[in-house]
Amino acid sequence: MKNSLKEIATGFNSLITGMRITIGQFFKPTVTVQYPHESLKMPERFRGHIELVRDPETGKAICFACKLCERACPSDCITVEGAKLEGAKKRSVTHYMLDFTKCSLCGSCVEACRDGAIRYSHEYNLASTRKEDYIMDLFKRLEDERLAAIARGEIIPTPAPVVAQASPPASSVVGQASSPAGSPGVPPGASAPAAPPATPPARGAQNRAAQAGEAASNQLAH
Amino acid sequence: MMHGLTDFVGSLWPEPLRLVLFLVAILSFVGLNAAYLVWVERKGAGRFQRRPGPTEVGWAGLLQPIADAAKLMSKQLIVPAGVDATLFRIAPLLMMSPALMSLAVIPWGRNLAACNLNVGLLMIFAFGSINVMAIMLGGWSSRNKYAIISAARVVSQNVAYEIPMLLVVITMIMVTGTMSLSEIVTQQAGAFWHWNFFRVWVNPLMPVTFLIFFTCMLAETNRAPFDMAEAESELVAGAYTEYSGMGFGVFFMAEYANILLGCALATVLFLGGWQSPIGHLLGDGQSTLGILIGVLWFFVKMYFLVFSVVWIRWTFPRTQFYGLLNLSWKILIPVSLVTLLLSSAMIKLFHQ
Repeated sequence: MKNSLKEIATGFNSLITGMRITIGQFFKPTVTVQYPHESLKMPERFRGHIELVRDPETGKAICFACKLCERACPSDCITVEGAKLEGAKKRSVTHYMLDFTKCSLCGSCVEACRDGAIRYSHEYNLASTRKEDYIMDLFKRLEDERLAAIARGEIIPTPAPVVAQASPPASSVVGQASSPAGSPGVPPGASAPAAPPATPPARGAQNRAAQAGEAASNQLAH
Repeated sequence: MMHGLTDFVGSLWPEPLRLVLFLVAILSFVGLNAAYLVWVERKGAGRFQRRPGPTEVGWAGLLQPIADAAKLMSKQLIVPAGVDATLFRIAPLLMMSPALMSLAVIPWGRNLAACNLNVGLLMIFAFGSINVMAIMLGGWSSRNKYAIISAARVVSQNVAYEIPMLLVVITMIMVTGTMSLSEIVTQQAGAFWHWNFFRVWVNPLMPVTFLIFFTCMLAETNRAPFDMAEAESELVAGAYTEYSGMGFGVFFMAEYANILLGCALATVLFLGGWQSPIGHLLGDGQSTLGILIGVLWFFVKMYFLVFSVVWIRWTFPRTQFYGLLNLSWKILIPVSLVTLLLSSAMIKLFHQ
């Protein structure tokens, strides 16, 4: 009798304790993230698929198509093409394809790169029903980002050395965007017709800037 | 001065029309509640686990029950081969209808009961036993051995919990001296210390009596932590395994209708029904305004109990079957017998 009364008392007490805890949780804020509407920021060292790194000054790729990553890749998912554009000191990348269907995210390419020209992206929304979505054109991706950054006024467009006089037809969207008269914040296409081709003084300045960028990337590498 | 809504309604319409009005109101009330208690349950479940619950369909997920109902209704009603088709179809209705019928005698406010029976309490418990049979029929007519086993467990559970519940109700009938629900509420007039819950001078164990009633109500309506009938995480759907579409939906609605009935009954018996806990501030409780305020108080109390049911569900894990029967036979029945004896002795000695 005494035991069972004690059992009732302790049992009842534990029930009350449990209910007190749950009602406490009830009034606390929620901890979930409503995924399609909001998502978490990935941590700094998140290893997504690779992406090309921009030179912070010119906004162009650091990569000069040395193809070390292409050789380091055990599953052959990287295809790099580069060309030495006229007037430039170094080669620069013109084509960078990643076949993500074959990539196992081993990271050998990032390790092989001596100039810090590729890194892991923080992209993780990679679901798709089509295989083509995983053949990624990283060069185009970088150029798109660059144009977006110019449109936002984050980087000041400096024309590439090649652009102006050597081969006007070769100056694609990129060349137009980087006309010297184009002020930051103006969309690349808008300023192109009005702006005259780059004048020599301006070009000198550009070359200096390009050299500075080069020096910075060399420092980074060694 | 107007003597209440029903007198007003009664002066306009004859008795049958008034009854139809009440029944339509009750049917729509139960339908809405059954749908929106699911929403409350899901929202509550979310909040207790610190997530927001349904948010996508409508504002704060308020259209979710409608989406659920549309989904259930668009599904095919499969009657498995070899089942007793008549019983199979009747069982969900048999589960739903006692709850609807019992709600007819619940006084929502002064003079606001569809049918003011002077044996209302008796009627509710007479009909209350039918839904045990409905679950048994549903399990048995499904021709599925697991459904039958689950239904058998429900029967033994409900029989076990009906005893303490009825003992508690007999205690209440002795204390109040009536079976009419309106009369029981009228006796609890005044502020909250007049409620049966606090009537400790008649029986010092009155709050315990309320707890026993509430526990038995949970077990009778097959709610967690006593949801042996439909242990959705362990059994597929227990006794309702073979039901599809709205057949299952009706069982589901009946569960909520029964919870509503149980909470309404607990409100009437112990928490003073439509009586205000702080006495009358506006009107004297006789005018139309007073009656409407009374209805408001009734809903506040009832929905607080409904919330407690959800709260309990998301706090305690499901009991094991022997734990369930032990609780009933070893604790609830002896304690409710003690309250019965104690209150009868006290009534005999002090209150005659």
